[in-house]
Amino acid sequence: MKKSNAPAGARTPFQKWVDKYQGLFYLIPWIIGFLVFKAFPFGQSLYYSFTDMNFFKDGTSFVGLANYITAFHTKKITKALIITFKYAFITVPLKLIFALFIAYILNFKIACVNLFRTVYYIPSILGGSVAIAVLWKAVFSVDGLLNTVVRAVTFGAVQGPEWLSDPNYALWIICFLRIWQFGSAMVLFLAALKGVPADLYEAATIDGAGKWRQFFSITVPMITPIIFYNLVTQICQAFQEFNGPYIITNGGPRGSTTLISLLVYNYAFKSYDMGMASALAWIMFIIVCILTIIAFTSQKKWVYYSDER
Amino acid sequence: MGMKASNKIATFFKYFVLILVGIIMIYPLLWMISATFKDNSEIFAGISLWIKKPTLDGYRNALNNFGGSINILQAMLNTYSYVLPKVICTVVSACIAAYGFGRFDFPGRKLLFNIMLATLFLPQVVLNVPQYLLYNKFGWVDSPFYLAIWVHCAFATETYFVYQLVQFMRNVPRDLDEAAAIDGCSSFQTLYKVIVPMLGPALVSCALFQFMWSCNDFMGPLLYVSTPGKYPMSLFVKLSMDGDTGFAWNKILALSLISILPQLIVFFCAQDQFVEGISAGAVKG
Repeated sequence: MKKSNAPAGARTPFQKWVDKYQGLFYLIPWIIGFLVFKAFPFGQSLYYSFTDMNFFKDGTSFVGLANYITAFHTKKITKALIITFKYAFITVPLKLIFALFIAYILNFKIACVNLFRTVYYIPSILGGSVAIAVLWKAVFSVDGLLNTVVRAVTFGAVQGPEWLSDPNYALWIICFLRIWQFGSAMVLFLAALKGVPADLYEAATIDGAGKWRQFFSITVPMITPIIFYNLVTQICQAFQEFNGPYIITNGGPRGSTTLISLLVYNYAFKSYDMGMASALAWIMFIIVCILTIIAFTSQKKWVYYSDER
Repeated sequence: MGMKASNKIATFFKYFVLILVGIIMIYPLLWMISATFKDNSEIFAGISLWIKKPTLDGYRNALNNFGGSINILQAMLNTYSYVLPKVICTVVSACIAAYGFGRFDFPGRKLLFNIMLATLFLPQVVLNVPQYLLYNKFGWVDSPFYLAIWVHCAFATETYFVYQLVQFMRNVPRDLDEAAAIDGCSSFQTLYKVIVPMLGPALVSCALFQFMWSCNDFMGPLLYVSTPGKYPMSLFVKLSMDGDTGFAWNKILALSLISILPQLIVFFCAQDQFVEGISAGAVKG
């Protein structure tokens, strides 16, 4: 270890080279991982999307845009795209509004904040598990918990609908599973709300601004960075949702909960039509990209960063 | 109306909302726990958590072997035999990568960092097909050691944690690194003698999140495990649910509860780390 104690001038060219590039040395695993498990598959999937690649068929030929054209002419696929949009546009805003609303209330001097926080947060931790999907089935099946509640409240006069086998309701039940997991977004909002300087509220109170006015003129603008972060991550996740619809309804009834990720799975691993599956994955990816780019470019207009870094 | 009265109403309203939403959030889980001790005929007879005729049948049936080669204990063992390597590999590799990004300046650092950030937004769905073919070529699909599920984690592919650790590392004063260097530490010694101890809580938080996510993971086992004897909990619970829907709810709910029990215990032992963990990753960006 004597070498590093030597004065800088005495360092050999080799040591200087090491000093300059040693950071890269620590990134070698990441670089390998990125190339092998991310970049290479990424490029490959783009390539496959232009081919008729099939897992059990020898020889793959280039078909150009055929997969994409077929996709937009296949009713099943366009329907899945619409349902995915519906799913995302129902869950993301509702989840964020809920998370912000509860975080806002929790930010007042509330007794047992930690208890409430825990209760709201548990679903986010467990929500993705198969166990919770099973629970969802038990709650929303025909004779499930919810319909038992309905019967109890109406003294047996009303029999609730078949939530999971009625195309009008099934998607909402799947959406509700995700909205139920608003805890992690809420914890982020809560941390952001605590960071809003109290003197802003004091000044606003002196100026006579009411609670609502304060909320929309101070609170919301001050936490826009977190709103933005939550928005982008939630959109990305919503478009990829798989577990809920796959386990609870398996895409049904009559395709009403078939999100695009389920179709990708079915094409790729049921009919082994990897070309089509890749094309669908890319359509989804491009949609998410466009939404993310819109979010990032609109950021300048509505996201407020206090410390310009 | 007096200020005091309106304040009281507001306070009442706040608690009312918090408790009502809290009940809606937690009731299904509590009901699930109580249902596992109920008789099958009792489960949907009412909504109360009270158990009229407590029975352990649900658990007894859940622990029974069925379908031959797999039971719940084996499934649990299977789950942790890939969750643990996954957690360890993720934390170690993410920490090393974060050290490279966070503490060194070299040509191209900015570019690589931006690439890393971009992969945060790369949907897994896009990668599934080529990854499956790649792992198939490696002979990792349905491997007895679940190679396809965890090996990639040793290469810092879980970029979310790399990013999070870079954020945490900003709060570790650089003076400490410099002091270590003056004391004759190589950069690697600095990493494990200075940075790792200082990052302790952050590393624990990463491990906890990766533990939860890996336990919940369903897509990975669905694609890469096909031998029934090697099924982890997630596939096993799904299998038993498909097996007898509508009949033995207490058994299936007991199975489900057992499958998330380790996660619940970990969560209650370490809830503060979870809350701090997600806050730290995002607030400063």
